[in-house]
Amino acid sequence: MTEPTLQVEHLEVDFPTKDGVVHAVRGVDLSLAPGEVLGIVGESGSGKSVTALATMGLLPKGANVRGSIRFGGDDLLTLKEKELTKVRGTGIAMIFQDPMTSLNPVYTIGWQITEAILAHQDISKDAAMARAIELLAMVGIPNPAERVDNYPHEFSGGMRQRAVIAIAMANDPEVILADEPTTALDVTVQAQVLNSLKTAMAETGAALLLITHDLGVIAGLADRVLVMYAGRPVEIGTAEDVFYRPSMPYTLGLLGSLPRLDSDGTERLRQIPGSPPSMLGDRTGCPFAARCPLAADICRETEPELVVVPSVNSALGEHRAACHFAEAVGRGDHGKVFSDGVVDNVIV
Amino acid sequence: MADPTGNENFVIQTPERVATVEAGAHTLAGAGAGVELGGADAYGMSGEAKSQWRILLGRFLHQRMGMIGLCVFALLAISSVLVGHFWQYSYTSITNNLNDPPSWSNPFGTNAIGNDMFAQVMAGVEKDIEIALTVAAMATLIGVTIGAIAGFYRGWVDSLLMRFVDLVLVLPVLAVLIVLANKLSKESDNWLGLAIIIGLLSWTYVARLVRADFLSLRERDFVEASRALGATNRRIIVKHMLPNAVGPIIVNATLTVALSIIFESTLSFLGLGVQPPNVSLGLLVDQGQDSATTEWWLFVFPVVFLIILILSIFLIGDGLREAFDPKKSRVRA
Repeated sequence: MTEPTLQVEHLEVDFPTKDGVVHAVRGVDLSLAPGEVLGIVGESGSGKSVTALATMGLLPKGANVRGSIRFGGDDLLTLKEKELTKVRGTGIAMIFQDPMTSLNPVYTIGWQITEAILAHQDISKDAAMARAIELLAMVGIPNPAERVDNYPHEFSGGMRQRAVIAIAMANDPEVILADEPTTALDVTVQAQVLNSLKTAMAETGAALLLITHDLGVIAGLADRVLVMYAGRPVEIGTAEDVFYRPSMPYTLGLLGSLPRLDSDGTERLRQIPGSPPSMLGDRTGCPFAARCPLAADICRETEPELVVVPSVNSALGEHRAACHFAEAVGRGDHGKVFSDGVVDNVIV
Repeated sequence: MADPTGNENFVIQTPERVATVEAGAHTLAGAGAGVELGGADAYGMSGEAKSQWRILLGRFLHQRMGMIGLCVFALLAISSVLVGHFWQYSYTSITNNLNDPPSWSNPFGTNAIGNDMFAQVMAGVEKDIEIALTVAAMATLIGVTIGAIAGFYRGWVDSLLMRFVDLVLVLPVLAVLIVLANKLSKESDNWLGLAIIIGLLSWTYVARLVRADFLSLRERDFVEASRALGATNRRIIVKHMLPNAVGPIIVNATLTVALSIIFESTLSFLGLGVQPPNVSLGLLVDQGQDSATTEWWLFVFPVVFLIILILSIFLIGDGLREAFDPKKSRVRA
């Protein structure tokens, strides 16, 4: 395996609050090879976005970050703000969830792309503008030479997100962090935006860290998938592993809650009962135990480690899961872990 | 906020230039407006930036009251300068007619020592506008800087600056003005000093306004997005946030112009403001009040012009507020 561009080790993020310390991220390890797409999935509040923001050094000042984030020979967590500013944009670029708000309403799209270029490169405004038009063309904006003078409100949601992707591409980053890039968009334009993301990766050779709770997006794009729950990775592996041999009940639950076109129509969607635990204070045992149909005494007493489990094709990479019954779950011994019965109130 | 492109626009124009329609409107549009244009110019894209301003201009042009205010103000500003240069009497010249009622040669009459009141009133208008624009430019510059820094950095910086604002706010403005102006009034050409004092005391409101705006703007995604692109704090404040706060800043700058004329008039009326041989409308009102019943023209003309001047500026401010308020615009430019 090649040297990873981005390597996050033992990342922990705490937020001190009035009610106590919130452990938002509890030990995330991940590595990103050049050109690779790593998808991070999980419910709201599972620590996905905090992981991304920590990587960019964009967490609020009160946040307590430990661990290491290696990028380009530096540990980003030890860099000073000034040095971080140089990494942002050129080394790691970020795409935010809502393109309606992540573009500045008072400037033209072209201005905002050239602003990104000129912040890091010493080229003329005309050259930057030419590059902006080129970038817009790459992400599939029709008539880029005219559209470059438009304001964000003159763009549709999908076009705005593509413009945001163009901005992220502007300085040839090595890593692009996309934090739910399609969540705020109409389903019909999601595919276009994902295509633009693929173009961005192809053009810049960047690795992509794709954060989403849309498993469909992950399935279409990701090489490897990291499933997060309660601030921790609970399963990581190639997309094949996670989709075809899920070894953690939570992953199973996520997959089961997805409607399938190939079902015969009689099968009901399954939901995971309950909601994620509070991240406040310390806890013993598996964080998923309270919602897990398989939970046994051991689950409530010790938190399972992320251990290597059998994979569909181990040549492609390791498959790890954090469950006391990972191997049995992976073999499918338990059949449908989540029963159909609990969703009577859901119209399928 | 040390952006040179922004600061240039805060610099007050020379009186001659102020008193043209364009310069008048430009300076009124205030300090804030300049920042964005300045920023856009820096990228050679003023053409695009203008279209945004053209929309605002279009909306403003459709405000009847605002346009009336602007026309009246422009007329007053232009004519005050023209009268200063071309009228047969200057405001210092002394005629042989003492206490004459209005006539063809002295349309506003003359006072007890033979000054032509028309020349005096127009010179007063000119001086008032000069003072008011200086005050508004100063107050906006200080207020925007302090408000932006406080709202952007929050924390102890914010606390410190806002306590400073509180401190300035609790100063009894009139008392301070009287004490300071008293010292100044010993000098004959004191209007600039007077303007600076009023300016130093009237920035607090705009500081609070900008701080509040910045507190909300800093949480907007585009601010975080530009930080994620490697923009420095200064760049974010000046280029990304300030242009978004420009509407309230401009409206407030306009109102500051009107309020500082009221202040200056109050001071001059109390004999602590502009000193002879300079004239201001407040001073003329003061001088004319004794004879208001006998030589009415000494009192009525300065009062009427003072009211018209202040009213026209308030109307401009209202028009601008409407133009900047997207919810209120029924007119699409």
